[in-house]
Amino acid sequence: MTLRPRASIARTERRFRFGTAALPYLLIFPTLLFVTVFTLWPSLRVVYDSLFLQNQAAQTPQFAGAQNYTALFDDPAFRQVIVNTFVYVVVTVPLSVLLALVLALLLNQKIRALGLYRLAFFYPAILPMVSAATIWLFMYTPGYGLINVFVEFFHMPSQNWLGDPNLALIALMILGIWKQTGYFMIFYLAGLQGLPHDIFEAASLDGASTVQATRHLTLPLLMGTTLFVTTIAVVNAFETVDQIYIMTGGGPNNATAMLLFDLWQTLFSFLDVGKASAISVILIVVLLVFTVTNFIYTERRATYE
Amino acid sequence: MSSFIRLPKSLVVVLALAILVLGLAACAPAATPTPSAVTLTFYYPVAVPGPITQIIDGYIAKFQQQNPNIKVNAVLSGGYPDTLTKIQTTIKGGGTPPDVAVMLSTDLYSLVDSNAIQPLDDYIKAAGGDSFTSDFYPAFLANSNYQGHIWSLPFQRSTPVLYYNKDMFQAAGLDPNKGPANFQEMVADAKKLTKTDASGNTTTWGLEISSDGIPYWLFQSFVIGGGTNVVGTAANKVTFDTPQVAQALQDFADLSTQDKVMPTGILQWANMPNDFVNGKAAMIWHSSGSLTNILKQAKFNVGVSYTVGEKGYGAPTGGGNIYMLKGIPADHQAAAWKFIQFMTSTDIQADWSINTGYIPGRKSSMDTQAMKDYIAKVPQAAVAPAGLQYAGAELAAHDNAQIQKALGDAVQAVLTGKSTPADALKTAQQQADQILSAFKD
Repeated sequence: MTLRPRASIARTERRFRFGTAALPYLLIFPTLLFVTVFTLWPSLRVVYDSLFLQNQAAQTPQFAGAQNYTALFDDPAFRQVIVNTFVYVVVTVPLSVLLALVLALLLNQKIRALGLYRLAFFYPAILPMVSAATIWLFMYTPGYGLINVFVEFFHMPSQNWLGDPNLALIALMILGIWKQTGYFMIFYLAGLQGLPHDIFEAASLDGASTVQATRHLTLPLLMGTTLFVTTIAVVNAFETVDQIYIMTGGGPNNATAMLLFDLWQTLFSFLDVGKASAISVILIVVLLVFTVTNFIYTERRATYE
Repeated sequence: MSSFIRLPKSLVVVLALAILVLGLAACAPAATPTPSAVTLTFYYPVAVPGPITQIIDGYIAKFQQQNPNIKVNAVLSGGYPDTLTKIQTTIKGGGTPPDVAVMLSTDLYSLVDSNAIQPLDDYIKAAGGDSFTSDFYPAFLANSNYQGHIWSLPFQRSTPVLYYNKDMFQAAGLDPNKGPANFQEMVADAKKLTKTDASGNTTTWGLEISSDGIPYWLFQSFVIGGGTNVVGTAANKVTFDTPQVAQALQDFADLSTQDKVMPTGILQWANMPNDFVNGKAAMIWHSSGSLTNILKQAKFNVGVSYTVGEKGYGAPTGGGNIYMLKGIPADHQAAAWKFIQFMTSTDIQADWSINTGYIPGRKSSMDTQAMKDYIAKVPQAAVAPAGLQYAGAELAAHDNAQIQKALGDAVQAVLTGKSTPADALKTAQQQADQILSAFKD
């Protein structure tokens, strides 16, 4: 009889221990459920689908091994898509991050109508990309578009921006940088305002110039912001699709076709499920490699803060 | 504690609302009328400006009045590609497709390949066979036949035409009552119409032909006007790589590089009517469906003529046909055919043409009083239907989107100086051959 209460205590304890052990799983369960249903499962599914021929010629899926992948890399148009995407990432990411930093440094000073400037630079970020692309489509119009009026004012020849394969991608990159720089600027402004004043005071007492202080104090202290902003910029660059759809349709002659646009076209225009899955896998792998590298790099850099 | 209690309460409200909404949705189908009535679903895309929904709703009201036991549920399904994608995905996912849909006439092979549509032969036979089909323009039926069946009927069809500024023609000493008869004449006219200012900048271009979006379409005018075509009657064969097609492509490119009557690079479809009505271009090639819009905006006399190639007039057809989907119940099929017949009837086709600018699918529509009155008011509207005698089939094959892109890429590569016509067309032919090799007929 004396055992009874002890057993019940043990049971309560066990129940309690089970409760504590299960709690974290219970808490992450809703997130895990959504991640599994909407991210994990589709990712695994595209890997599976990418191994099958499933298109207009093969209405029922036929196992094809790596055929979808080899077909993609044999296709000059797809190689062009890879090059375009790479160029877009390499150009727009550093440029928008650098511009955002410069703007933030300038707008972190006490100048007149500061709010107005900040609003003006942040404004593009508020616009939906589709609206922005429509506006820029009109601005790039040959002959009477705003950009050409501007170019002609400086006695340079008017250009067919979106109709020239050498200019079309540049035109899209200008829009991309314009659209996201103000958004990144806000992160830098927030970062700048969070910096401790005493270090800068000490530096100026020691006779450091503004340039020196910016280079040796501000920039390293903003490293966390830079990494965060760069990650967003890279993901943005890979996700470029709206403006291509609105402005060029991937043309002229694939000069502006990029990964996500190509994926959309392959699936919804060509109805080629197998090849579209293969493109998805490539996109997932590229972004995964970047994210993991970035994560490791950030972890190492974390000692800075 | 109170905050912990509040959260579940709001959750309860949300859940209750969700259950209510779901419940209502579940109840909705039960509200259908008498069992003998059939409710058809009709998908239609919108590709031209104007109050399309109102016009379609008007036709459906009229149809339902004539057929009290058929109800038509018309669904605006976006653009042409959206409509095709919606239907193909529905079928792939095992869902119920609409009963009737308007899709591109060139979607025929894709639709047959994915087992999405059914032939109309039996209904057409019952409606009179050849005497029924003979009233439709043959050019518009060119993309309806496959494997010995008729799969669709013309509903909203068009063709490219040449719009020209009559006032500028007069000022340049050209006959304002007729457009150029062939490519050479068009270039000569365009040279006279091109104007430059003192500093050498062009203020008015003689000609503008767009090459974005679906570049193969207007290019086909050069090819058909040159006496050939890029596609025959086979669904698994295209002929891009021929000297005649290469010559047509050279002509297209020469307009800006040699003749200097057209701006360089890829010109945008949407900009052409603006440039024309604003006097930036004296001639443009555009869809016959843009007529209403151009006439509304132009402050000068607008002439309409035919697009041309080296040997004379020529143009592909374009636009949408009406299809009956596969796998719909038998009573739906009979009702769907009634609806298709109604929508392609002489009077509806005439009215649809007057209101949108599409060319009527039937010859008899041109003889209706409404059409005669309209042409008396807008004589330009008679040009495109009369030009159908010069029209050839629009590029259509299996895996059509890819085939059209192969030719479109070749056109753009040459127009932007990245390739020669022979090389570009050879590449396009190889791509097309490879894609089409997977199809037996």
